[in-house]
Amino acid sequence: MTIMMPASDQAVLARRETIVAALRAIVPGEGVIDNAAEMVPYESDGLMAYRQPPMVVVLPDSTKQVSQVLKYCFEQGIKVVPRGAGTSLSGGALPLADGVLLGLGKFKHIREIDFDNRVVVAEPGVTNLAISQAVAHAGYYYAPDPSSQIACSIGGNVAENSGGVHCLKYGLTVHNVLRLRGFTASGEAVELGSQAPDAPGYDLLALAIGSEGMLVVVTEVTVKLLPKPQCAKVVMASFDDVEKAGQAVADVIAAGIIPAGLEMMDRPATHAVEQFVGAGYDLDAAAILLCESDGTPEEVEDEIGRMRAVLARAGATRMSVSRDEAERLRFWSGRKAAFPAAGRISPDYYCMDGTIPRKRLGEVLKFIGAMEKKYGLRCPNVFHAGDGNLHPLILFDANDADQLHRTELFAAEVLEKCVEVGGTITGEHGVGVEKINQMCVQFRPDELELFLAVKRAFDPAMLLNPGKAVPTLARCAEYGRMRVRGGRLPHPELPRF
Amino acid sequence: MNLEALQERIREAAARKAPLRLRGGGSKDFYGNEPRGELLDTRGYAGIVSYEPTELVVTARCGTLLAELERILGQNGQCLPFEPPHFGPEATLGGCVATGLSGPRRASAGALRDFVLGVKLVDGRGRELAFGGQVMKNVAGYDVARLVAGSLGTLGLIAEVSLKVLPSPACELSLELEVSEAAALERMNLWAGQPLPISATAWHASRLCVRLSGAEPAVRAAAAKIGGTRVEAGQFWEGVREHRHAFFDGPQPLWRVAVPSVCPPLGASGDSLIEWGGALRWLRGAEARALAAKADGHATLFRSQGKRESVFAALDPLVMTLHRRLKAAFDPAGILNPGRLYAEL
Repeated sequence: MTIMMPASDQAVLARRETIVAALRAIVPGEGVIDNAAEMVPYESDGLMAYRQPPMVVVLPDSTKQVSQVLKYCFEQGIKVVPRGAGTSLSGGALPLADGVLLGLGKFKHIREIDFDNRVVVAEPGVTNLAISQAVAHAGYYYAPDPSSQIACSIGGNVAENSGGVHCLKYGLTVHNVLRLRGFTASGEAVELGSQAPDAPGYDLLALAIGSEGMLVVVTEVTVKLLPKPQCAKVVMASFDDVEKAGQAVADVIAAGIIPAGLEMMDRPATHAVEQFVGAGYDLDAAAILLCESDGTPEEVEDEIGRMRAVLARAGATRMSVSRDEAERLRFWSGRKAAFPAAGRISPDYYCMDGTIPRKRLGEVLKFIGAMEKKYGLRCPNVFHAGDGNLHPLILFDANDADQLHRTELFAAEVLEKCVEVGGTITGEHGVGVEKINQMCVQFRPDELELFLAVKRAFDPAMLLNPGKAVPTLARCAEYGRMRVRGGRLPHPELPRF
Repeated sequence: MNLEALQERIREAAARKAPLRLRGGGSKDFYGNEPRGELLDTRGYAGIVSYEPTELVVTARCGTLLAELERILGQNGQCLPFEPPHFGPEATLGGCVATGLSGPRRASAGALRDFVLGVKLVDGRGRELAFGGQVMKNVAGYDVARLVAGSLGTLGLIAEVSLKVLPSPACELSLELEVSEAAALERMNLWAGQPLPISATAWHASRLCVRLSGAEPAVRAAAAKIGGTRVEAGQFWEGVREHRHAFFDGPQPLWRVAVPSVCPPLGASGDSLIEWGGALRWLRGAEARALAAKADGHATLFRSQGKRESVFAALDPLVMTLHRRLKAAFDPAGILNPGRLYAEL
């Protein structure tokens, strides 16, 4: 796809041999990779349509090495792109041709499990699921559960402020991380947040979470554990109309219920996953809702009863409640397998991540339907309905340049629609390189300028993951979708293309 | 009052490099370092901008009375789950977010910042800037909305805020147990490790009060598990939240010490009151900073008489450098509530 990364620094590229040798002195042995063939796995992350070999890959295994690599790069003016498990869906870990790719995959140890304090101290390369697995025997878990939780790392979750299917009740990464330790772009050790609540000063912890690896390199994450609810059940409800399902979501909330999870899938999505995992979905339904309750057995019984009543009034054509844990997991398996299932029915798929006010769901789904016709591409929808977070999956074939181009235009129109209805271009996957042009639509130049000022406060030389998440004003001018206020184009002095 | 008037006032003050003291109802004048500068009263910029109960979001202007906002939410069976203290009927939403204070429900529901979805700011150059939004999940751009929560107006005038709201609990009851400080801490931590619907805890003078909130069957089952005596405690919790409880009376300095919740009794010489499952220890007396440091926590001089400086725990030098650079990015002339949070900002 078309990407515009910052121009490569030829002076840095000319010194490549010297740089590699200096990095080898810091990280000995196989921790520095500079041959083209071995760097291939690092060329892209979960957003495979974008590829770029880095100048060199460095895989430190101690915080001292991380600090020294950063110090060296800072002194030499070399860009650094941090990478966790490489599952980003927005190209957050896309390398730079003149940059060091700093892989934190060797930081995969849980440093401390403290049941008294109900925290786990983990290195950034530990997978999200591994944290919950490590504490499950004692009845605890780590709440945010992105669909990629078997593979994605906690460090990456911090960078993206990842969510999952239980966010409405249990929050995002930012609500479940207590403290970060790491290094600034100049290699200085920094600690943000604390185990004691409400650390003094500005909430730099909240600022760092979701900053897409642009403010600090994280080497340790302290997460909060929650006691596992005694019991959980899910209602699966079918609807003969997508808008009715959307209204049912609003009705559940209006009834004072905060479900542990509230997900929606449209018919193309249920058909795609059913042949993949056999979750037992109603294939006749225009849309299905998965509505979960957790708590004590009495509480769940009571809440499931209230959910069923609301869903029935909202016009559910069929309902079934999970009878046991195995069935509950089976109901969820389809939802969690939605992305790989899309991968099975199409050579490629492109996942969007807009969030909208729930009440605009019907309108946005209709819009997506119109875009399917306009661009001649199919687009099943899965939807974190409780949060208003949409994941339309555009199916395409990347080998067909025209399909790729149509996919990009399709996605851009949908994201801009999300902004128009009062939502956002990304709910949990991050901006990365993928949605950087749409940042020009969501934010005004003054706001983008402030983001860049925040970036400079942490990283004055702009060396840490530059070119991601926040576009320059020049770039927005080039994209031609600068937000216009009061009929006046901001920064008229900038050239337009 | 319109936003343009606030912007103009800030632009004009920035041009003169004249410090401004941003102030809503003044209910939290006592909090933070000594306020200084010309008064900028935000009360005129008030009103609820949008509120749709089924979206679980309310957006209101800074001058909106906190009591009025909570009343309207209450009419729709919803609440601000972090139970912000008002400290007076004149408390405004702007001051609530600027101080970032949370009440008794903090340990179970989360802090104020956890419920901030978006803000509209006027920065130190008088620019109107919007961050975050009105949706539950939003990772576009840095999380400036949460950054300004608790920044005491030093980064910008918080003109408008969108908050996540939740249904008010269907059922609530309180229990009282007679226990020592050490035993109370032990129990609160034990309970926190179990899936119990505890929404508040407070220990003072050998009395541990526990509030349960949620669905009726869950509350009833938990009450049987916890034991103790059932008490009518609405006024008690109100007293803890608003500092009307007798513990908070009197002229001695009041310290707010935050520690990891399992931390054993701090051994303070004066009286103490414990909240948040053990994570918040209110102390009367002078040695709070040393006790907090020993316990891996931090102490705030919450209320005191006389001139106030160094109210908040000192920051690591690198973290302070980041603070100074952020302040300069938001408020290059350094006119917004200077010194209120730290002398350097």
